[in-house]
Amino acid sequence: MIEIKNLSKRYGALTAVNDISFTVRPGEVLGFLGPNGAGKSTTMKMITGFLTPTSGSISVCGHDVENDPLAAKAVMGYLPEGAPSYGEMTVRGFLEFIANVRGLTGDRRRARLDDVVGRLQLGSVLEQMIETLSKGFKRRVGLAQSLLHDPQVLILDEPTDGLDPNQKHHVRTLINDMAKDKIIVISTHILEEVDAVCNRAIIIAGGRLLADATPKELAARAPSGRLDDVFREITTGQKNAA
Amino acid sequence: MHNISTIFRREFGSYFATPLALVFIVFFLVLAAAFAFQFGNFYDRGQSDLAPFFSYHPWLYLFLIPAISMRLWAEERKSGSIELLMTLPVTTWQAVIGKFLAAWAFAGVALALTFPMWITVNYLGDPDNGAIFAAYIGSLLMAGGFLAIGACLSAATRNQVIAFIFTIGICFAFLLSGFPVVLALFEGWAPQPVVDAIASLSFLTHFQSISKGVIDLRDLLYFATVIGVWLAANAIVLDMKKAD
Repeated sequence: MIEIKNLSKRYGALTAVNDISFTVRPGEVLGFLGPNGAGKSTTMKMITGFLTPTSGSISVCGHDVENDPLAAKAVMGYLPEGAPSYGEMTVRGFLEFIANVRGLTGDRRRARLDDVVGRLQLGSVLEQMIETLSKGFKRRVGLAQSLLHDPQVLILDEPTDGLDPNQKHHVRTLINDMAKDKIIVISTHILEEVDAVCNRAIIIAGGRLLADATPKELAARAPSGRLDDVFREITTGQKNAA
Repeated sequence: MHNISTIFRREFGSYFATPLALVFIVFFLVLAAAFAFQFGNFYDRGQSDLAPFFSYHPWLYLFLIPAISMRLWAEERKSGSIELLMTLPVTTWQAVIGKFLAAWAFAGVALALTFPMWITVNYLGDPDNGAIFAAYIGSLLMAGGFLAIGACLSAATRNQVIAFIFTIGICFAFLLSGFPVVLALFEGWAPQPVVDAIASLSFLTHFQSISKGVIDLRDLLYFATVIGVWLAANAIVLDMKKAD
């Protein structure tokens, strides 16, 4: 379970995340929606312990991210925005490094490496340097890294960005397959993605949480029944008011 | 310990994954030999020791060590991999130490590859090998000091060139404070303890005292302190400004 209480992040005068609270339970695939600069990535960076909140608390599977960061980080898999990795390493070398840090050994290590390489179809590029790979492959290497230790909680920041339609479909199937007993949080600004993989959606804009419902309920709020319209109404309405 | 060694191995391997390692080592060896033979009058002095070789190390390191250290953190910032590294279950300290040790080991490899100098001087004469060994230790410690400064400054920026230049600047100050010309500026008016204090801050003073063949505990302590303080600053800088 992820429990977020009154989370805020301020940079000087700028408030990137403003008093957000929500809870995510196992089996939920939570879509994090919002315009660019809404505070999606900042929230994810705080959940994964990269940024320290200005105020509020985050607990992941019972581990407080600020007070017990290592335990919290151990149960999470994280794909940062842009899927950064070490370009001068081979795909195999990089995944071996992650396996070492994650403390995977013996049979389980081999099984997990085989599993992610198979799932993300990385077999053909294992010996290639990451910086020579296409954007789609780099993204899949980033996903493989986040899945390697079969984490209870997955935080994916724009997991399908830069993928072609087939690869997008593939990643969505992947997320659906894993959704059953995990907690998955994905951020996106592609609304069809929410329909395809999420069973819950949160809309944030200007650092505030503006809506929290299932994609169906959200879509029903617009006369047209389309998620796009609701999204535009909620996020731009906020701007006009402010 | 496990995490430090994992990070160490990744980092150390990454030096050799690019031409950087080769370029650096060749450059270092050529310059080290050129200085010793050209300016140090290695042959003409008629003494069988490596003093002309070691006496140029501080100046070589001044420009070459920042070239190793500049990428340590600035590159992680630029590529965004710092976000990956700091969200893995490792502590800031483990990352700082693992990376520093990797850079230090790399500098150690470059230094060890100067062994033909040692063989040459043994072939030509009958040097004090204990003193030469001590000087190698001193040189390695000094490289560690330079690297710790460079690692900290590399963590403060995402621009490797800025990290490089600032590291040279600060290392230069650490060298200069032991230089006779600088000390002479103080000697006229400042009390002797002050002059001694300024001199004792310098890499040069401690390196020269070790390279005479005496490994004094105070010199070891000095380098350990310099490395420790700068790595602590490195960890603080990282925690303060992880994101930008």
